[in-house]
Amino acid sequence: MKLLVAVKRVVDFNVKVRVKADKSGVETANVKMSMNPFDEIAVEEAVRMKEAGVASEIVAVSLGVAQCQETIRTALAMGADRGILVQTDAELQPLAVAKLLKAVIEKEQPKLVILGKQAIDDDCNQTGQMLAALLGWAQGTFASKVKVEGEQLLVTREVDGGLETVRLKLPAVVTTDLRLNEPRYASLPNIMKAKKKPIDTLTPEALGVDVTPRLVTLKVEEPPKRQAGKKVGSVQELLDKLRNEARVI
Amino acid sequence: MPLLSRRDLDFLLFEWLDVERLPRRERYAEHSRETFDAILDLSARLAEERFLTHYKKADREEPVLRDGAVRVIPEIREAVAAYAQAGLLAAPFDAALGGAQLPHVVHTASMAHFMAANVATAAYPMLTAANARLIAAFGTPSQIAAFVGPQLEGRYLGTMCLSEPQAGSSLADITTRAVPDGEDALGRRYRLSGSKMWISGGDHDLSENIVHLVLAKAPGPDGRLIPGTKGISLFIVPKFLPAGSEAPGARNDVTVAGLNHKMGYRGTTNCLLNLGEGVAHRPLGSAGAVGWLVGEAGAGLALMFHMMNEARIAVGLGAAMLGYRGYLLSLEYARQRPQGRPLAAKDPAAPPVPIIRHPDVKRMLLAQKAYAEGALALLLYCARLVDEELTAQTEAERRNASALLGLLTPVAKTWPSEWGLAANDLAIQVHGGYGYTRDFDVEQLYRDNRLNPIHEGTTGIQALDLLGRKILRDRGEAFARLREEVARTEAAAAADPALAGFRQQLASAWDRLGRVAQDLVELGGDERALWNATAYLSAFGHAVVGWIWLGQARRASASLAAAGKDEAFYRGKLRACRYFFEYEMPKIGSWLDVVASLTDVAAGMPDESF
Ligand SMILES: Cc1cc2nc3c(=O)[nH]c(=O)nc-3n(C[C@H](O)[C@H](O)[C@H](O)COP(=O)(O)OP(=O)(O)OC[C@H]3O[C@@H](n4cnc5c(N)ncnc54)[C@H](O)[C@@H]3O)c2cc1C
Repeated sequence: MKLLVAVKRVVDFNVKVRVKADKSGVETANVKMSMNPFDEIAVEEAVRMKEAGVASEIVAVSLGVAQCQETIRTALAMGADRGILVQTDAELQPLAVAKLLKAVIEKEQPKLVILGKQAIDDDCNQTGQMLAALLGWAQGTFASKVKVEGEQLLVTREVDGGLETVRLKLPAVVTTDLRLNEPRYASLPNIMKAKKKPIDTLTPEALGVDVTPRLVTLKVEEPPKRQAGKKVGSVQELLDKLRNEARVI
Repeated sequence: MPLLSRRDLDFLLFEWLDVERLPRRERYAEHSRETFDAILDLSARLAEERFLTHYKKADREEPVLRDGAVRVIPEIREAVAAYAQAGLLAAPFDAALGGAQLPHVVHTASMAHFMAANVATAAYPMLTAANARLIAAFGTPSQIAAFVGPQLEGRYLGTMCLSEPQAGSSLADITTRAVPDGEDALGRRYRLSGSKMWISGGDHDLSENIVHLVLAKAPGPDGRLIPGTKGISLFIVPKFLPAGSEAPGARNDVTVAGLNHKMGYRGTTNCLLNLGEGVAHRPLGSAGAVGWLVGEAGAGLALMFHMMNEARIAVGLGAAMLGYRGYLLSLEYARQRPQGRPLAAKDPAAPPVPIIRHPDVKRMLLAQKAYAEGALALLLYCARLVDEELTAQTEAERRNASALLGLLTPVAKTWPSEWGLAANDLAIQVHGGYGYTRDFDVEQLYRDNRLNPIHEGTTGIQALDLLGRKILRDRGEAFARLREEVARTEAAAAADPALAGFRQQLASAWDRLGRVAQDLVELGGDERALWNATAYLSAFGHAVVGWIWLGQARRASASLAAAGKDEAFYRGKLRACRYFFEYEMPKIGSWLDVVASLTDVAAGMPDESF
């Protein structure tokens, strides 16, 4: 079974992001970039399926600027077999990403597509769902457990009330939640091997996809600064403040 | 907060040391900037997620000795295993041994992260790699197969057993005996008996086996131990006899007599080991620790120096990184801690400013930056010399690199140990009272770093090595080579008017250092030459680091002019250089005054007058 994983290049989770002076977005110049952590979980799951003999080939796909190659290399170093970069400098919104992925999937014909449930930069949580809808495939989102059973897939989902298990027909789209697995570190020998694995480069034009943004970002602002705490003298005063200042009770 | 500044590391490796060019050499042809970046990313992550996370816990929960075996917290085992699984233990080794032939300078930059995160846990892989390298260099093929392979996989960990209770600085006085016991597939077999003190990683539950490299003396024909270092041989003494021996898995006659309870570095077990007690364990049916001779009998100390030189540079790296992390922690603290008002402020009701605005706090931060970044740069330079020693084009270049490395080793060990510790002292000071509590990391950094001027040869011993062996006995030959390198930097800086003052200051410091050395050579073995050796080491160390700073400043100045970005970073480098030349370089003069005067103020002090 062939698997396809989507990996996004985002600002590293350790970086304290700063808003650009003109409020058009966050600062990404000279900022460390890494693979979206949920996508690492997606790659790890795919690699485990390959190690278990369930999957035969893993294709890692990234969309965006040329440097997304580095993100693909990381996936290759973790165990993916080859990469595809859909290269563009345009801003990509979830719908455009889903359409591009759909075009790649139609060429590659994987049986299963694994994505992160969301990316830590825009937190959209839309791409997987849109992709499944565009393909007309089954979807298992927020997966904390995935098991292939013949032509079917058992996906345990993290939902508000607890865990829900669904049975999907393949081909299908799965999005990963945090508890699905703990991604491995790419080892040095595998980093060296990854250098020799192929990465194909495509463009949105070649795939015939219009990526024009549908949404306009008006402005980006820092969340309000947390105010210093106050000491209250009595329970009465606390209740009073909760009721009249914070207005939470 | 990151463990070190990746911007700084990238500057040192790729702008200053031109590491990107190394893959043109055959040994490193499989590598590229891309793999270097990936390895540094991996190291940063592994260090933060697996090493830093138990930094305090390993300090709080010391190793314990129970039923003759030492136990450490499980986090250390996980960290060491993750390090080995990532292929980092094997990284710089030959491909034939399963290594990745990573340049030493990149491996050192990788190791810097682990030292910064948790120096005590990093000690296990550090010792193991140095141990494996010695066996790989001087062991027989069967010894290499039995020990190096499993070490590079992290299944066996290594130690170095030199010191004894009565013989620390003076290894000539060791009394561990090695008696011939025939020969087997692993070579000439001996039985060892004696006590080894202070053995880092001497016992633990981290690995399948422990490979001790032990210095011992074989008795001469009269049955007595040969005095001096000539009688010393080197042996491989594993905790369990390995595959390929006559009794694979048998417990060797090595027992833990006790644990040392240390001020810092607590995650590294430190043991008194008894060899050849013959009570609990009798391998192959008799008493005596089974050991296999490495290299020639009597060559033990020279061979051990192979491991010691590497370990000395690693000690320097650990000291530098402890200093570096203290710097970053106190910098962050100083930006957040509001206290007091600017010197010129008139309004008592004005809000307090972050302490980083006070000139004295800036001084303390700048000093730490100059010490920590200077020390890291020095160690990367030395690691780059190791790569030159291995892969430079001509024999002459390779020999030059060896000579420079030999001369710089006592500095690479001592300078970071002394000044990294000074940086940690300042990191505590920047934190004020909070720095004196265990709620912050800086007191532990200080305690950990306090070891570094002691082990692997104390500062006093390093001074004798530098002045006595590397300069006087060498009659200034290696010194002259280093002086040429310094002159090259001076010449390169000459074109930059902003650096002219530093260039002159550096040249005159080095000229005087050379003159004083020459005068001491001319004393022709008179012991007065060594009376103030430590002051000479201090002066020499500062002159070396001044040179390293001028080199960085020249690069920063050129990059600043060319790049037009990252201005704050490059200005920071130039400012730290300036700090070093204004505050630190003048110290060289007073140290050299003492050396040149041949004063007997200390040497001549009568014992009874103290
Ligand atoms: C935590 C720790 C870990 C260690 N790990 C190891 C290890 O893994 N393997 C190992 O073999 N050893 C190890 N050591 C031992 C270490 O190398 C010795 O402690 C060190 O070499 C000093 O020896 P000593 O303690 O016997 O002190 P001494 O040699 O007694 O020195 C005491 C003082 O006298 C000075 N002194 C001694 N001789 C001279 C001289 N000739 N001229 C001038 N000054 C002199 C020294 O500089 C020092 O200040 C470790 C030590 C510690 C504390």
